[in-house]
Amino acid sequence: MTDKALTLKRKFAETRFKIYGLASLFLAMVMLVVIISSMTYRSIPAFTNYGINLEIKLANEFIDKDDLDYRGIIRETIFSLDSECDDRKCRRSFSKLFSSGAAYDLRDALEEDESLYEKNFNFYILFSDDADLFYKFGIDKNLPENERRLNDQEILWLEGFQEKGLVEKKFSSNLFTNGDSREPEIAGVLGAVIGSMYTILITLIISFPIGVLAAIYLESFASKNRITDFIEVNINNLAAVPSIVFGLLGLALFINFFGMPRSAPLVGGCVLSLMTLPVIIIATRASLQSVPPSIREAALAMGASEMQVVFQHILPAALPGILTGTIIGLARAFGESAPLLLIGMVAFVVDIPQSVMDPATALPVQVYIWADSPERAFVAKTSAATLVLIFLLIIINLAAVILRKKYELKW
Amino acid sequence: MVTEMDQNVNIDDVDTKMEKKSLIHCTDVNVFYDDKQALFNVDLNINEKEVTSLIGPSGCGKSTFIRCLNRMNDVIETCSFNGSIIINGQDIYDPEIDVVELRAKIGMVFQKPNPFPKSVFDNVAYGPKLHGRFLNKSDMNNKVEDSLIKAGLWDEIKDRLNEPGTALSGGQQQRLCIARAIAVDPEIILMDEPCSALDPIATARIEELIDDLKVNYTIVIVTHSMQQAARVSQRTAFFHLGNLIEVGDTGKIFRSPDNEQTEAYVTGRYG
Repeated sequence: MTDKALTLKRKFAETRFKIYGLASLFLAMVMLVVIISSMTYRSIPAFTNYGINLEIKLANEFIDKDDLDYRGIIRETIFSLDSECDDRKCRRSFSKLFSSGAAYDLRDALEEDESLYEKNFNFYILFSDDADLFYKFGIDKNLPENERRLNDQEILWLEGFQEKGLVEKKFSSNLFTNGDSREPEIAGVLGAVIGSMYTILITLIISFPIGVLAAIYLESFASKNRITDFIEVNINNLAAVPSIVFGLLGLALFINFFGMPRSAPLVGGCVLSLMTLPVIIIATRASLQSVPPSIREAALAMGASEMQVVFQHILPAALPGILTGTIIGLARAFGESAPLLLIGMVAFVVDIPQSVMDPATALPVQVYIWADSPERAFVAKTSAATLVLIFLLIIINLAAVILRKKYELKW
Repeated sequence: MVTEMDQNVNIDDVDTKMEKKSLIHCTDVNVFYDDKQALFNVDLNINEKEVTSLIGPSGCGKSTFIRCLNRMNDVIETCSFNGSIIINGQDIYDPEIDVVELRAKIGMVFQKPNPFPKSVFDNVAYGPKLHGRFLNKSDMNNKVEDSLIKAGLWDEIKDRLNEPGTALSGGQQQRLCIARAIAVDPEIILMDEPCSALDPIATARIEELIDDLKVNYTIVIVTHSMQQAARVSQRTAFFHLGNLIEVGDTGKIFRSPDNEQTEAYVTGRYG
């Protein structure tokens, strides 16, 4: 009787435990789905842009290719839509509806296809963010005019374009091909992505060899004494130091003392290396320790030197763990923003960085900058940039899984 | 002239009839782990081309002793050695000696089969490659085949040379480890309880193999099984609490040992 009761009790406890596990897993999945889907939903407007197709008339005009007033051409073209608008105030209000990036787009188009200089052609001019948002979400006309982003006249114009069927919605490639901008419709994440890549590359180059070699030395060669114990305690402590502290260190050491350039991925990479190093060392040591000692003995007994044992047997066997640890450390560095703020990688950088010395920002910092911007169109942009960040992190983690599977040894 | 020739022949005859020549001379071997002494003044000579087994209860120092013979104790930081072990007239604890070269002449097989997580072929080829021998591909193939034949494994796995060594059965893995050890043509093979992780059939195969190998190699084997010691070895050394109690012909040790402790152990009264 009591035996039976005990069995029942044990089985009940097991079932209960299983249910707890499933419930927490389910909760985690739901959270993930909620975050990703709300992010995706909010980012949808960022992937499209409204614009207008207009004919640019360059035929029969004298053109000086070196000194062409692109802005003037665009202005002339858009004013052809409403010939009554000829005073300064009206013109300013009218041109506010179109993106200031249109002139650059025109320049790029002309540079790409020189034959366009001599003819009339249709050109897609982007609307500015306010006009774009009007087409996407409409506007509350009951609000007093001075509390709206668009006044009555501007709304009339925009409705007019739509009635004439001139308005066209296109995929916003700017988001992926441009650097940052004050104008939401031409701002993109490419500069930040490249900046992040450079930063991570520097982090990898610095922290991977140093971390792995330090771990191998500590694990296989260093004699056990007070100094190595002290070093070990310090490494474990470093892994727990808040990242912003590394930012302060980077600012004081790399920029103020060594005089390295501000805002550069080089410095960002150095700072993130300091942060990633302990993670890599700890992961590497753990995976070196997990290699069975019998392999070491076998190789030693065959007459391999200590170094041959490490590099021919222990390291290959520990490689999957080392790579996983490294990539997880790098993924953490990739999503890090606090230390980068301190070394100036929070700057407004329009140009796409060409080298590790160029001023750049990183993707998480770009998210922060956009989230902080007042223009409403940046709300969607922020979500889109976050999605890009999550997507890149998924790729990095996937790489970790693939590498681990590839190098995993069967015992 | 003729007399001299005769004399030579006579000497040869005497040599073969005489007791086997001893290859390893250990004198006054003391080993410490930190302050704890594991071996006390062990004096032991090991004969060439025969099997010497080391028996004794757990913790008696027999494994420590066998690991002294190829200086595997060097890797244990707390372990210190004094005394002398002379192999082929050379003191292996001479600071001038290169441990790598020493270990190339002395193969070792461990308690648990420990093939490298590589293919069967690479496992056997590892030693020769490490010591820069048989760089020619066909030479290497021959060497691998030869070693596997000697280890009695060739017929079973000649079609599986590219499979990982760790995929073989326990007994096959242990024979693979023996093949790996003999691929570098050692003079001596040390075996530290080579059958303790194997079933009786695999054990029997290894014992047969040891019997075949003693023609070419000097074998020292640590074993917990007294039957095994009786079956495979010509000489037996009994260790107890770090002391070498008695050494002699296996038959004598098991039938009429001089020492009471030895008798108590081999008859199963303790240990």
